[in-house]
Amino acid sequence: MSLWVDKYRPRALDDLHYHTDLSARLKSLAASGDFPHMLFYGPSGAGKKTRISATLRAIFGNGVEKIKIDQRVFVTPTKRKLDVNVVQSNFHIELTPSDVGNYDRVVIQEILKEIAGTQQIDLNAKQRFKVVIINEADSLSRDAQAALRRTMEKYMSNMRLVLCANSTSKLIAPIKSRCLLVRVAAPSPDEMHAVLAHVAKKEKFDLPQSAAEQIVADANGNMRKAILVLEALKMQSPDLTGDLKIAKPDWETYCHKVADMIVAEQTPTQVLAVRAKFYELLSHCIPPTVIIKTVAERVVERVDGALKADVMHWAAVYEMRMRLGSKKIFHLEAWVVKVMTLHKHFMYDIDLSEFA
Amino acid sequence: MFLKGKQTAKNGPKHAVDPQLQPWVEKYRPKTIDDVSAQEHTVAVLRKTLTSTNLPHMLFYGPPGTGKTSTILALARQLYGPDNFRTRVLELNASDERGISIVREKIKAFARQTPAATVVAADGTTYPCPPFKIIILDEADSMTQDAQAALRRIMENYARITRFCLVCNYVTRIIEPLASRCSKFRFKPLDTNSTQSRLEHIAREEHITVSPETVQALIATSGGDLRRSITYLQTASRLTNGNADTTITPRDIQEIAGVVPDEIIDDFARTLGVDPRYGPSRANKNDEDDAMMVEHTFKKPDFTSVRGKVGELIREGYSGAQLLSQLHDAIIENNNLDSKIKSHCALVFAEADKALCDGADEELWILDVALRCSKYINAPVPTST
Ligand SMILES: Nc1ncnc2c1ncn2[C@@H]1O[C@H](COP(=O)(O)OP(=O)(O)OP(=O)(O)O)[C@@H](O)[C@H]1O
Ligand SMILES: [Mg+2]
Repeated sequence: MSLWVDKYRPRALDDLHYHTDLSARLKSLAASGDFPHMLFYGPSGAGKKTRISATLRAIFGNGVEKIKIDQRVFVTPTKRKLDVNVVQSNFHIELTPSDVGNYDRVVIQEILKEIAGTQQIDLNAKQRFKVVIINEADSLSRDAQAALRRTMEKYMSNMRLVLCANSTSKLIAPIKSRCLLVRVAAPSPDEMHAVLAHVAKKEKFDLPQSAAEQIVADANGNMRKAILVLEALKMQSPDLTGDLKIAKPDWETYCHKVADMIVAEQTPTQVLAVRAKFYELLSHCIPPTVIIKTVAERVVERVDGALKADVMHWAAVYEMRMRLGSKKIFHLEAWVVKVMTLHKHFMYDIDLSEFA
Repeated sequence: MFLKGKQTAKNGPKHAVDPQLQPWVEKYRPKTIDDVSAQEHTVAVLRKTLTSTNLPHMLFYGPPGTGKTSTILALARQLYGPDNFRTRVLELNASDERGISIVREKIKAFARQTPAATVVAADGTTYPCPPFKIIILDEADSMTQDAQAALRRIMENYARITRFCLVCNYVTRIIEPLASRCSKFRFKPLDTNSTQSRLEHIAREEHITVSPETVQALIATSGGDLRRSITYLQTASRLTNGNADTTITPRDIQEIAGVVPDEIIDDFARTLGVDPRYGPSRANKNDEDDAMMVEHTFKKPDFTSVRGKVGELIREGYSGAQLLSQLHDAIIENNNLDSKIKSHCALVFAEADKALCDGADEELWILDVALRCSKYINAPVPTST
């Protein structure tokens, strides 16, 4: 039994629910032989991956759905062995090089050289090129991105790249110059309602309007999340009426607790207590950016209107420092101290201009 | 034709694929240096080297898609012809392993073989075939400082028989001792006229009709990067699918290029307390539109409304850099704002741009820009800090 998100994932471009003009565009590109390199970007859960697979299917036919998962071993120049999972069919190969951190360049280089060196073996293939899908392209190291540049031009006859990313700002300009950028916006609330209704219809149950609204509001444009929540709620209360409690993930509750601690008390002891919580979150692999954003969002709900903008401002500043630095905890903690200071001075009604 | 497949990879993929199916950026890559648009100075100097049989070490630098790689490849092909290209030209780029020892080995091995110079190629044309080899180090700005330092010696050791051409985007990433050994050629972002004539040339060859407005839109959205404007043009032409009735509109181009529609930017500006009727987007519109816009009375922006708007834009997935640059224009070019306010805002934009380049979170920074700008814009008296 697969989850509804997978079970009702549209497979063809024509079946995609929203952004129909984008689907039409992809369809005409897929039909012409001169398909460019592409970069799909947009918020998570907006349906980038679904769109990419549908596009591949439009290019190569059903064959792309016959996939196998391989574990491959790469050796770095320093003789370290790296295990990487790759998903591949006869027509494409998909990898997430950010899994191997700073060694991503080695992996990209080897895979691309390999693909570029082989011709399409399937004589019935509609296209001579193979497609390489690179997930989380925005976390590729600069080195790996540089390695893509000339390769993208040189091997264009045998290979096309499809990059998938949340945002384009972390990609270097030469890469963006070589790709067609495809924006996949999050679905609007109406569009999400339509998808949820579609799933409900297929599963043969009625979706009450109130429940749908709650799910859509909670998902904030993330279609995947909305369908997952729908399925979970349906299991909890089969008729989907009454007071539905959409469960928050643990880490989110935990972040909210941190925010409440910051607002409740501004003392060195409290800073220590908060730090312990941060360590806990980091050790569960919650990305530090997500931590600072979630905590900040909650803090601004709790503090006076005059402070909100400053809290967000410093979150932006310390998040950037965190990227540049290497010890995430330092910057998280520095931000907490900053916010506590702001809050305390505000409470004591001291002129803020000296500190802000 | 397909037999040649891999062998000719160095000569560009043009032998391998039916030109009908080739992406236009490759199909219209300049074949000779005279095909190169815009870079007149560079081309003029290089043309002389075709007759003089001497060549300095060279350093090409400039933004993406301005013809650097194309120019050196075209020059090399004109010097040696197709037959000798492979034995005389070595191309190393960032995707190759470029540790110092590997570079040294490759260059050593390559420089050692002295090829017989057949001046007349199989196609009957005579090529100058000067008595040296060319080593192209493309994307040299991604080489480490150490590798660059080691390259100095290599360059000197083989100076008699090799010429180096370093190609990069950022000349400042090339160490000075290396840069000073080369004649430098700057590749400028393509000017309006050159872009226009190149695009019109391609449109003619491909038998598609492109209106002057569409060409303008291509120029405006690609910012001097010819590769990008060619890709946009090709994509747009696929949409209309060779159908003569449907023409490519400027809006198609903007959509493909990821430009945020004016209405959305105006709306964003309004949320921050800027009156878009005085902004750049109104320049070409008439007063009737304005009459309709008066209805939007200004609510004083507050944290919640600004954050709501930013959240909406992020969900739309627009690229942060694009949003920033368009909002920047909407504020800086607005005639209704005090210049002191504008200068405050300009500082905010600059800071955010740097942050995004450092890979900071887009949502946090766009929110920060929006909040800080709206604070300056709505301050009763501009503060003097
Ligand atoms: N000056 C130019 N004249 C004609 N065509 C150009 C010119 N500049 C770019 N192009 C077109 O753009 C494509 C890419 O150009 P090229 O590879 O030379 O860019 P580049 O300067 O090396 O960029 P990068 O810094 O990204 O490597 C070419 O195939 C060609 O179609
Ligand atoms: Mg280049």
